[in-house]
Amino acid sequence: MSEPEPETAAQRIAVEARDRARFEDEALGLADQVYRVARRLVGSREEAEDLVQETYARAFRSWRSYTPGTNMRAWLLRILTNLNVDRGRRIQRSPQTQPLEETDYYLANKLASAAGEEQLDQDAVVERLSQDSVVNALSELPPHFRDVVVLVDIGDFTYADAAQILDVPIGTVMSRLHRGRRALKAKLAEEALP
Amino acid sequence: MTRDPCDRCEELLQEFLDRTLSDAEWAEAESHLSGCEYCRRRYRFEEHLRRYVKLSAAERMPPGLMDKLRELRGLDATA
Repeated sequence: MSEPEPETAAQRIAVEARDRARFEDEALGLADQVYRVARRLVGSREEAEDLVQETYARAFRSWRSYTPGTNMRAWLLRILTNLNVDRGRRIQRSPQTQPLEETDYYLANKLASAAGEEQLDQDAVVERLSQDSVVNALSELPPHFRDVVVLVDIGDFTYADAAQILDVPIGTVMSRLHRGRRALKAKLAEEALP
Repeated sequence: MTRDPCDRCEELLQEFLDRTLSDAEWAEAESHLSGCEYCRRRYRFEEHLRRYVKLSAAERMPPGLMDKLRELRGLDATA
């Protein structure tokens, strides 16, 4: 085989450097959104920072496996959730206990019976739930439920994206999401209205 | 046996707000909601709750993390 023309090789290197820089710029532009999801998947800010750094280190090393034009945020989150599972960092609280799952109106019904039906229209009713209690309730969801709820409800991913990120069928995403949201509301009801 | 229409509406709640219902189910939910204040309140409450959960869960990236990520640029695949 003949050696490539020096000019061609130089051009190739230049094109590759440009593509790589573009990839890195785009990935860094998503860091805030990636961190926001990471923070709710692990128990502390330090762990979230480590996880995001490990994710970017892996992403930058394997940038060639990213297909330009596809959803880079989902691609980064797939790396992140895999790293998180591999390292066993996911918040694991009482893994044996099944979450309390009530129906979808349960929390609203509890608040309505405590404060009155009309009060459901008031923002103040939701604000009876402190922001800390929401964060706690999220962290107490079983990991499989939490991953999906965080991706869809905090990260704004579609069912299809979440399925791709977690490598599970879309039906599994839907059932974990629905059950996870119900479990979250049941926990909030426990906290707000003991 | 006919089912309680409010129970059925409750069942459709999550997918209604996710906009993933079929046209027929969407129409079913809309038609029930137009005549049922009880369910309408609960749908609005759920919408509000979702926004509140997202707001409560949002935490900004700690200062300094971006610089650490920038330092990772150019990492070699063999490194």
